[in-house]
Amino acid sequence: MLAHTFFFYFFSIISVGSAIMVITSRNTVHAVFFLILDFISVGCLFIMIGAEFLGMIMLIVYVGAVAVLFLFVVMMLNVAEQKQSWFRGKEKSAHIPVGLIVSIIILAEVLVVVGGWKYKSNFIKTEVLAVDANFTNTHMLGNVLYTQYIHLFQVAGVILLLAMIGAIVLTYTKRQGVKTQSYFTQLSREKKTSIKLVEVDFNKGVKIDD
Amino acid sequence: MTSIELGHYLTLGGVIFLLGVVGIFLNRKNVIVILMSVELILLAVNINLVAFSIYSNDITGQIFTFFILTVAAAEAAIGLAIIVSYYRNKGSIRVQEINEMKG
Repeated sequence: MLAHTFFFYFFSIISVGSAIMVITSRNTVHAVFFLILDFISVGCLFIMIGAEFLGMIMLIVYVGAVAVLFLFVVMMLNVAEQKQSWFRGKEKSAHIPVGLIVSIIILAEVLVVVGGWKYKSNFIKTEVLAVDANFTNTHMLGNVLYTQYIHLFQVAGVILLLAMIGAIVLTYTKRQGVKTQSYFTQLSREKKTSIKLVEVDFNKGVKIDD
Repeated sequence: MTSIELGHYLTLGGVIFLLGVVGIFLNRKNVIVILMSVELILLAVNINLVAFSIYSNDITGQIFTFFILTVAAAEAAIGLAIIVSYYRNKGSIRVQEINEMKG
């Protein structure tokens, strides 16, 4: 249990520290970096106490989708009036050091988790932490999620669909004067109207009318 | 060193929740950081649910964490879409200037 204690304090100190950095850093890009670090630390905590599937989902959904979406929006909107000079395209970008620090810490965490995965049963007393040692975490979640909570699961799908449609509707702008394909005209062409067979006289050629 | 119990995880969740709430008040200018603070609050709730689920031998807490994840992702997508369309209309996302509704 000593290793459990050590890793708990390791990840929780990193996650609390990066949460502090999220709310206090003046640069919004740095804040997003530390938000990613926070999500990864909490995902590692989840993996460590036995909720492996949720830890992985945390990485995929939060780090892979939400945080990158934040980063896109921060980069896309020119929030220059908030005294943030990161948006100017300088040669030496100011947020490379912070990005390097964050990625080095993330690499260390991933190494710790991958190393701990092999000796996981030695670290954590399974009779305390594992819900059922006979099945994996994913197996148990699937057993309950697709039977007992199937309606909530479908409602969650509807919520995601609504979010997708809402985001598209909010940001969609119809552009004027853009040439587009007309699929109907394209697909309703026939051989009669589009091909003309011409008898070519010798040594005269054909005049193409355009 | 004492062993890690449920209270440790609840303390961690409480600390991250408080940091999220403080972040909302601290960054009243920057609406993107406010959204990130809301994400921190939801993360703290997830920590609490997973800790209770693991320590009380009940998988239901992890199921509900799924739904919180879903709602958090939807909220981030909609919130950022609103920010983008507001920026496109007004050219600025400063919170002080958002007062058309006179609320």
